Amino acid sequence: MKGKVRFSHGLSVLAMLVVFALSTTAGAASKNLILATTTSTQDSGLLDVLLPVFEKESGYFVKTIAVGSGQAMAMGEKGEADVLLVHSPEAEKKFMDKGAGSSRRLVMHNDFIIVGPAGDPAKIRGVKTSAEAFKKIAHSGSIFLSRGDNSGTHAKEKGLWKSAAVSAEGQKWYQQTGLGMGQTLNVAAEKKGYTLTDRATYLSMKKNLGLEILVEGDAKLLNIYHVIEVNPAKWPKVNSPAAKAFADFMVSKRTQELIGRFGVDKFGAPLFFPDAGKKPESLGL
Amino acid sequence: MNGDTVILEARDLVVRRGGAEVLSVPEFTLHERESVALIGPNGAGKSTMLLSLATLLQPSAGDILFHGSRVQASGGDTSYRRRIAMVFQEPLLFDTTVFDNVASGLKIRGVPRDEIRKRVGECLERFHIDHLADRSARRISGGEVQRTSLARAFATRPEVVFLDEPFIALDPPTRHALMVDLAQVLRDSGSSAIIATHDQMEALRLADRMMVMQGGRVVQSGTTAEVTAHPVNAFAASFVGMENVLTGSVVSSAGGMLTLDVAGRTMEIVGSGSPGERVVLCTHPEHVVVTTVDPHHRTSARNVFPGTVTRIVPLGAVHKVYLDCGFPLVASVTAHSLAELGMVPGSRVFASFKATSVHLYRKG
Amino acid sequence: MDLILDGIRMAWHLLVTLDKEVLAVTLLSLKVSGLATLISLVIGVIGGTAIALADFPGKRLMVSVVNTSMGLPPVVVGLFVTIMLWRNGPLSRWEILYTPTAMVIAQTIIAAPIVMGISIAAIQNLPPDLRLQILALGASRRQMVWLLVREARLPLMAGIMAGFGGVISEVGASIMVGGNIKGYTRVLTTATVMETGKGNFDTAIALGVILLALCFAVNYLLTRVQQRERPR
Repeated sequence: MKGKVRFSHGLSVLAMLVVFALSTTAGAASKNLILATTTSTQDSGLLDVLLPVFEKESGYFVKTIAVGSGQAMAMGEKGEADVLLVHSPEAEKKFMDKGAGSSRRLVMHNDFIIVGPAGDPAKIRGVKTSAEAFKKIAHSGSIFLSRGDNSGTHAKEKGLWKSAAVSAEGQKWYQQTGLGMGQTLNVAAEKKGYTLTDRATYLSMKKNLGLEILVEGDAKLLNIYHVIEVNPAKWPKVNSPAAKAFADFMVSKRTQELIGRFGVDKFGAPLFFPDAGKKPESLGL
Repeated sequence: MNGDTVILEARDLVVRRGGAEVLSVPEFTLHERESVALIGPNGAGKSTMLLSLATLLQPSAGDILFHGSRVQASGGDTSYRRRIAMVFQEPLLFDTTVFDNVASGLKIRGVPRDEIRKRVGECLERFHIDHLADRSARRISGGEVQRTSLARAFATRPEVVFLDEPFIALDPPTRHALMVDLAQVLRDSGSSAIIATHDQMEALRLADRMMVMQGGRVVQSGTTAEVTAHPVNAFAASFVGMENVLTGSVVSSAGGMLTLDVAGRTMEIVGSGSPGERVVLCTHPEHVVVTTVDPHHRTSARNVFPGTVTRIVPLGAVHKVYLDCGFPLVASVTAHSLAELGMVPGSRVFASFKATSVHLYRKG
Repeated sequence: MDLILDGIRMAWHLLVTLDKEVLAVTLLSLKVSGLATLISLVIGVIGGTAIALADFPGKRLMVSVVNTSMGLPPVVVGLFVTIMLWRNGPLSRWEILYTPTAMVIAQTIIAAPIVMGISIAAIQNLPPDLRLQILALGASRRQMVWLLVREARLPLMAGIMAGFGGVISEVGASIMVGGNIKGYTRVLTTATVMETGKGNFDTAIALGVILLALCFAVNYLLTRVQQRERPR
């Protein structure tokens, strides 16, 4: 019957597609590197610049899973990622203490800034420390948007509330979005609220926001990235040669230069500052 | 008409459903080129019997023999099913063109394309639907749908055709026209047929033999003339009791009108036939008019026969009046007319009926 | 409103300039969802027809399970598949987490019940005596099943459309098992989510417009086939 011909046709197309789909993955197993990182590195576009260089040099294929720092480290703890690029120093230390990582190296930092509406109802513009700014926001009851997603940014923000001696959780003016940085910025713009953001994401989105930088430069606002190799002794399936290659790549001189130049042509200022080889203490930690 | 060769046979056929016996037929035979009508009300077991004989339903017991050898009931036995065909009450056409519908049985059999085209073309013509070949089966009238369904069945040149109330959903004119064509095709094709129906006219028109069914059993079986003339019981009579069944022969034929000889009397009946041919005539008692004076000059009825009232059976408002006109005849007369005419057994009367009120069929 | 207009303009621009990345993302969406739909078609139609035609104890339960599965939340499927495919999960040998293959698997799990559920209904809605009529035409069992499927082709096609529409527009499973890896597992929906997250609403809207256009094109194509199938 006529339809039968069409049907068998469809089957052969199907078979071809299955073969095709499988062929794209077959044989690539040991060449794959799973990088769990924060959304900020991906969303800023930095990885789009660095990864092609690394892939070309090393021959590894990097699967970037961009999630919050919390989830990234959870993936590492389960051995579901080979290497992490994260920025939650406190959590990272715990991670290393548990023996989940085999090496942890400083890569770079960018900084957090406190942004808010131009009207600045809490009057925090130009305040020197982040703790003081947070106190003012709390006292004026101005809306503050928190990521609330266990990301590095969220962890940083919680630390800042602690040092400001304010328990923000549960307050009416304290709202958690549960979203990524970009979306949280949009919500803040929409609600004319304050929020803590990394500079890179803010700069890349500035044009649509109408939010201004109100507090910056505090040592506590630094956002420090480490590259962590997941411990192969704990998880034998971890691709440790690839992880090591990636970590080495991130702290190499050439990569550090690339990091330092990234964003300059677009925003007129670098988004990340290369720190490889430095002591964390030099950054005020 | 029918040869002596038995083509299909069933022995001790029993179908039970939920513990109850819905069909029990100790014996059934179908000869080559023979048409058998299963007649009876809904639930009499006609469809069950057709489905069992077509091996579409697994009987609880019994054997079915085709050309003398047993066929596997309701199994993967396509060899038997490919030599039969079935037309259901509901036409169940495929959602495609009329042509493809009629061709479907042939395609299933893997008949070559050219042969399909030829045979489908023939079949479409025989059922007068050749102009519909490319139309969607979803966009033709009820009568055309049933014609397509019949054409689909006959396209495979089946040895036995099972017809399950094929005209039930059609209005009388459409039904009549289709019946005429089907009778012709049945005669030409040489297929044997088993027709389930509750309509005695259909049975008379299409079948050589009749089996009256009730409650899953055959209560009477015989030639159509026998059964209609002599129903074995009241049930059979209520179903097939034509009451006026006469045999005769054709004397001459002209202009669609036949002159017949019945028991030495001359009758004029609408129909076609050739001189010498033996025919059976049927008419309902309601169509027989009884008068006490010769109506020859006052009525259009061509057939007027003097006779004697032999018996009057009162049946409420209508009485059955039995007459002897040289041949037996039954008339329905209202109680009112009966009193007015003063008819009693022994009265001399005139019986008449119109040339168009008699059903005629050829005798085998 | 301006944003939406900008988005549409940008979508147009991305399309006419054949932006490499957008093209790759679009093609991958089509490939993954198309393949998942095709596999679902085979599983769904065969399984659905078998369930509809067979008589077995627990058939009603089975039909209920299939019907319930027609609305599987993609994130739940994504989570389940991810856990199965983890390095330390039961199917780790396959080494396919964060690959298009994993996305195809997840999307198949979403689409197959949709196609199967609609197939069951389509076959069951055919006149009950049609099976007998087809057998009476001399069909073998296989021919009968084939003819029944053919007879139900219009609702089956609707099932395919529903399945494809379900998977090409889902994001939860794709992002979990695929990881939204640039140039590898990034599809229209995950890219849209990411661009929204980055605040690039115009790009996000552009991707959304392309996704809509794609859905429309595929459904239009299938509808055309459906219409052509129907003779005048």
